[in-house]
Amino acid sequence: MTARIGVVTFPGSLDDRDTQRAIRLAGAEPVALWHKDKNLHQVDAVVLPGGFSYGDYLRAGAISRFSPVMETVIEQAKAGLPVLGICNGFQILTEAHLLPGGMLGNDHLHFICRDQKLRVENADTAWTADYEAGQEIHIPLKNMDGRYVADEHTLDKLEAEGRVVFRYLDVNPNGSLRDIAGITNEAGNVVGLMPHPEHAVEPLVGSGRTDGLPFFTSILKKLVNA
Amino acid sequence: MSRTPLDTVEHAAGTPDVELPWAELGLKKDEYERVVEILGRRPTGAELAMYSVMWSEHCSYKSSKVHLRQFGEKAPQSDALLVGIGENAGVVDVGQGYAVTFKVESHNHPSYVEPYQGAATGVGGIVRDIIAMGARPVAVVDPLRFGAADHPDTKRVLPGVVAGIGGYGNCLGLPNIGGEVVFDACYQGNPLVNAGAIGVMRHEDIHLAKASGAGNKVILYGARTGGDGIGGASILASETFDDAKPSKRPAVQVGDPFQEKLLIECTLEAFREKLVVGIQDLGAAGLSCATSELASNGSGGMRVTLDDVPLRDSTLSPEEILMSESQERMCAVVEPSKVDRFLEICDKWDVIATVIGEVTDGDRLEIFWHGGKIVDVDPRTVAHDGPVYERPYARPEWQDALQADDANALPRPTTGAELKDQVLRLVASPNQASKKWITSQYDHFVQGNTVLAQPEDSGMIRIDEETGLGVAIATDGNGRYAKLDPYAGAQLALSEAYRNVATTGAKPLAVSDCLNFGSPEDPAVMWQFAEAIRGLADACQQLGTPVTGGNVSLYNQTGDVAIHPTPVVAVLGVIDDVARRTPVAFQEEGQLLYLLGDTREEFGGSAWSQVVHDHLGGLPPKVDLERERLLGEILISASRDGMIDAAHDLSDGGLIQAVVESALLGGKGARLVVPDGLDAFTFLFSESAGRAVVAVPRSEELRFNDMCGARGLPVTRIGVVDGDTVELQGEFELSLEELRTAHEETIPALLA
Repeated sequence: MTARIGVVTFPGSLDDRDTQRAIRLAGAEPVALWHKDKNLHQVDAVVLPGGFSYGDYLRAGAISRFSPVMETVIEQAKAGLPVLGICNGFQILTEAHLLPGGMLGNDHLHFICRDQKLRVENADTAWTADYEAGQEIHIPLKNMDGRYVADEHTLDKLEAEGRVVFRYLDVNPNGSLRDIAGITNEAGNVVGLMPHPEHAVEPLVGSGRTDGLPFFTSILKKLVNA
Repeated sequence: MSRTPLDTVEHAAGTPDVELPWAELGLKKDEYERVVEILGRRPTGAELAMYSVMWSEHCSYKSSKVHLRQFGEKAPQSDALLVGIGENAGVVDVGQGYAVTFKVESHNHPSYVEPYQGAATGVGGIVRDIIAMGARPVAVVDPLRFGAADHPDTKRVLPGVVAGIGGYGNCLGLPNIGGEVVFDACYQGNPLVNAGAIGVMRHEDIHLAKASGAGNKVILYGARTGGDGIGGASILASETFDDAKPSKRPAVQVGDPFQEKLLIECTLEAFREKLVVGIQDLGAAGLSCATSELASNGSGGMRVTLDDVPLRDSTLSPEEILMSESQERMCAVVEPSKVDRFLEICDKWDVIATVIGEVTDGDRLEIFWHGGKIVDVDPRTVAHDGPVYERPYARPEWQDALQADDANALPRPTTGAELKDQVLRLVASPNQASKKWITSQYDHFVQGNTVLAQPEDSGMIRIDEETGLGVAIATDGNGRYAKLDPYAGAQLALSEAYRNVATTGAKPLAVSDCLNFGSPEDPAVMWQFAEAIRGLADACQQLGTPVTGGNVSLYNQTGDVAIHPTPVVAVLGVIDDVARRTPVAFQEEGQLLYLLGDTREEFGGSAWSQVVHDHLGGLPPKVDLERERLLGEILISASRDGMIDAAHDLSDGGLIQAVVESALLGGKGARLVVPDGLDAFTFLFSESAGRAVVAVPRSEELRFNDMCGARGLPVTRIGVVDGDTVELQGEFELSLEELRTAHEETIPALLA
């Protein structure tokens, strides 16, 4: 058996089809979800992909969080549904308060596209079990608003509870506090990160590495074994 | 223009003596008289608006038409060509049922006035051309040229242009996979912002811009029409900048990439359901262009009610609505029974769509406003029968002196220390330095099919996941070469783009061009233009790569001073399996480095002459198209059969520039030896065309040499991939670290 993993398409989603491909390559079944449809069609997990959901002329993710599909995603995430937010998806998750903190414009004020080195800090979440804690990986990063910020108390709490899932290595590409690239919620079912694992799943295209594939195999194993 | 009474056709016929502002709208006196002659009366204000924008240089190609014909007349036989010049973009068969459409366009003038929006809307426009052919856009490329890298205004223009391209393209989800960034003082007041795009479709999905079938509905969809860009086509693109005139800022359009993204998705969905009979994007000249072109390419006429156009500004006059260049709009012709479904799809994507007219069985384009008929014309006279000029041209008298100022006579480095110093200066010079600071502002991963992106020799996109079929694109141009000899310069631009595509393992198929020149009213410029086109058309014929379309940008000059003639050529190629592509980066130590082709003492227009001597003179490198074809065949065969692991074309900067780039990208050094018959200086810096450097695994050495020998391609062993330095034996050694610093820090230091 395999797992059904939903990928939400907002009108301005860009990496939705790429995420579906990554899910397929990992052996799971991708299911396209539409932003105007509250129905999640019995998926076992949801990915909010990268892009500029509604143009993001306001604050990235600020409008998406009120979309019909997000009503259900928020409700189900609180009940334990695994949710991964990539880039714009991460921004939406913070706007939806499923993850703490928020995202500001990159400190250098430019869009940045690079193959980014990361350290996996937490290999116990639904989406990172196929990594090892401390593992160093390269995942493409591409965004305008990637600077993760939160108040000191929140940051300390995230650190203390092991909820920083990924940290930037070598270069902090956007000024994120404490080099944070990705975090999880208390239950470990909701993960958000700025880099794009779906662009590191095939040796021929994207970054030419496959360091991103474990995201999708992690969730598949968890769902199939559950 | 008087608003009361409405200037209808009837009113115009009855008031022949009313003076119209034809000169302010950019028409010459004889052109206006021609309009009157065509109509048999004075035009209405709305008709004048349409003729003035459609007969502008930008839309009508009135100065260039007589020369551009050569691309058709000399077009080589090509089985690959599915749609040629004249449509929104050319279409090429790449096999397995796939067709690829591609085109390069300019957005030079707007990008100087307002760099961010000018460049952004340039991307938007070229992408709509691709959608209008029925294709999903899969990649963009951006050949850019700016003034001197250290000029203060370059710091205003370049970051804005780059942010605009990124801001728009990134938001559309289009990987940016190639292009160029060139600096030269000649572009100070006229930066060249060219934008190219590629789209992929199945053969049966090709769509054309024509309105056929009486009763079919004309649907305008996308953004509302506003006051932006009015007169942009006629005033902005067709007149030379002059400081004395008032600011032209309001004539530049503002882009909304999110709206364009919606437009892409809803158009493709309508195509999938076969709802569209004909389609045209709204770019330069807006509705004037879309309605007249759709009507004149189709079998019937067209009736449009302008009151139904959704407006952003309700005070717009009908003339302004017709001329507006508001972005992110398209016009589709749809059978009545399919209109509801078409509107439903637009609604799904929250795109405004309105039926504004219908195809008629007559042969007139009629436009109504408040119940009155304000346009009644034969659409062909607007769209296709514009003026044609045989502008005088003459070889400039300074051309001989320029060519006589031989770069080969410049003082050359003689010692190892001097060579080393000049290598460092070369790789650190703005034109040869790494452009990573710029290209890292573009998304090159999105869509998940990018196989190669800049700084590779060509960008490469996988178009079929199962078979690995892919396409490659390279854009090249060298204004310095073209200034020395425009005929050869255009051929060298084609040669380089062709070579770049072949270097990555793809077979060159077809060409698009963006011809950037000064004022056609200057006979010297017109000569450069005529020579460049003749050169390009001859070379395309010889290489078997037809020109499928492109764009001409004239009036790129400040006062009397024109830019270097700058034909930019894009070559599209196909590769059966992208797994066979050849990258630039050295892959493995111990592999053998071979130089393919002949190296001569050719320094005219070279990067070395610019960097070391700030010199431009002499003759550009010799063109040998048969050699380019042979070199291409060898590179493609070697890639297909796994004989080479890395390859880099040699162009500006010569061999040493190529070796340094391959070494830095691969993180592996090289030991080089000057081959017999050459001196170290010529070996390193010559820019002879028809050359590439390749890295050959030792196991393939024999086979590779045999293949080159059998086909008659000169091949010279020049060294080995090794260590963490680039060394020229007996002359100098430079560490990769030192080279990386020199190569990568220049651009951020100037622009960040």
